[in-house]
Amino acid sequence: MNKLWLVGILEAGLLMSQRPINTVLFPDRDRAQEITYLIKSDSIPARFGFGRVATSTEIARLDIDIRPDGKGLPAGEGKPVAGKVIFAQKCAACHGVGGVGGPNGSLVTTTDPTKKRPEKTIGNYWPYATTIFDYIRRAMPFSEPGSLTDAEVYNLTAYLLNANGIIDDKAVVNAKTLPNVVMPAQQLFVPDDRKGGPEIK
Amino acid sequence: MTKKIIHINKLTGKLSRRAMLGGSATVAMAIAQTAHGKAVQEGLSFTELIPDDPTKQVGTLAGEVGTRSGFEKVIKKPSDISSRSPLQDFYGIITPSDLHFERHHAGIPVIDPNKHELVIHGLVDKPMVFTVADLKRFPSVSRIAFLECSGNFRTGKEAMSPQDICGLTSQSEWTGVKLSTLFREVGVKPNASWFLAEGGDAAIMTRSIPVKKGWDDAIIAYGQNGEALRPEQGYPVRLFLPGWEGNTSIKWLRRLELGDAPWQTREETSKYSEGIKGGKIRQFSFDIDARSIITFPAFPAQVEKGWIEIRGLAWSGRGKVVKVEVSTDAGKSWHIAELQEPVLDKAHVRFRYLWHWNGAETEIMSRVTDETGYIQPTFKQLIEARGADSGYHFNPITAWQLKADGRVLNKPENVR
Repeated sequence: MNKLWLVGILEAGLLMSQRPINTVLFPDRDRAQEITYLIKSDSIPARFGFGRVATSTEIARLDIDIRPDGKGLPAGEGKPVAGKVIFAQKCAACHGVGGVGGPNGSLVTTTDPTKKRPEKTIGNYWPYATTIFDYIRRAMPFSEPGSLTDAEVYNLTAYLLNANGIIDDKAVVNAKTLPNVVMPAQQLFVPDDRKGGPEIK
Repeated sequence: MTKKIIHINKLTGKLSRRAMLGGSATVAMAIAQTAHGKAVQEGLSFTELIPDDPTKQVGTLAGEVGTRSGFEKVIKKPSDISSRSPLQDFYGIITPSDLHFERHHAGIPVIDPNKHELVIHGLVDKPMVFTVADLKRFPSVSRIAFLECSGNFRTGKEAMSPQDICGLTSQSEWTGVKLSTLFREVGVKPNASWFLAEGGDAAIMTRSIPVKKGWDDAIIAYGQNGEALRPEQGYPVRLFLPGWEGNTSIKWLRRLELGDAPWQTREETSKYSEGIKGGKIRQFSFDIDARSIITFPAFPAQVEKGWIEIRGLAWSGRGKVVKVEVSTDAGKSWHIAELQEPVLDKAHVRFRYLWHWNGAETEIMSRVTDETGYIQPTFKQLIEARGADSGYHFNPITAWQLKADGRVLNKPENVR
């Protein structure tokens, strides 16, 4: 890089401009004096050329996220009955037998989800079923993150949805069915619409 | 020896090793003069280094890194998931890097900067991989701004310090490359409206962020207060989103994916969302609401009647602080506090108000107004506006009770 740049004012609008920066942008002397980085330049490059192109293989290795529309869900499927066994072995120590209680919080709702919540659980608070798969695969179990197979994650997802009374015990959870599960709390979620100003909200 | 017991300083281990190697005759003398003899060789306590007259004894020599005075006992208060900045011990507006609050979701990873990469893909013209060295080649930017956890409010006891009440806020000078620079480099497509930021920790922590924030003022930071990021703060690179709730500034950043809808990750649905009126749950509450707190006099300080300089911090995630008012009569009347320059955008600002205390019991408190015209509310106003099923983004006025004997106690709020 043999050019020098006006680093202090890297604004998108300026980048499109081919104007000489020192005459147009700083007509007054005081303003110009404030700039310690004033350097000869007439543009910023569209691209610097640093870094390298990512291959599809290396993206695929990292790209584990699941969206509510199911984008990202892998092949395979899960059932509540299979998930119940895995949960007892790998999850109940932290989240309680049957997903109730436990030192790291309940996952299963034991009260009417339309009434006041004694505790936030998947059944009464989580707005999207796809988040269950994404989060378990991403970070659980806490002591052995990333150790579960996709099949185990599907089974656990099916179990937790069934234990919360959201799907029946014969339901199959896979890339097609999971995005269609409607969570009880989804209708409660609203985006923040505050914009500052005097209102307390 | 009857010297007062003072906490052992990290310095001491280094000193005793040096002394044993015979590297400094002066220090060896100091050791020989102490009463504890052999025990000293196993670890010199700070107390024993205190000379009767510092002008009569050559001090310790230059070291590779500085150390805090052994007389100063400033600590973060760690729990399993976080640690809190000792706001009552700070001067000015910069948080020492080793006292920056921490919040992480699966511990602090050890990441080799020579192996770490940031991948940007999704709705872009050219998916790219950047090494840490690549990121440092781009034009850089530095900015002083606060970082605050959205779950930064505690109450319930009188014996609570500013650190206990809202120690999950800190301020640093952050240095890095503007995300907009990288967005141009990869060619973000016009239909990209959100991006996913993902960390390389054991939680593989993720948040969905509107692309507009990326263009506006997001930084991919590798520097903090003049040095590399601390591991607790995301070494070697983190996202930094000025003014936004702390958890969106993903640490140990390894991946950004551009998309056209939010991913609805666990950290933006089941966590970091708050109940509001009408049984609704508010999410994507990114902005940190304006807040202030008096950090002196505050628990556990003890004061005397007479002149007191009331000092504190004020900040807003929506812009600049324009005014801080202080009340010394439990909120009946308010006085304009002096703001110490620099008053920066989305930054902690130091305020002060000189007051003559007549020794009578009272309550003192502060409230901030930001440039949007938002005035820091009371706890009661927040509960009235949102209902009791809330939690995150609680920024109420904090009152301190001054007792006649000079004790300063938190005034607990009645939560439920």
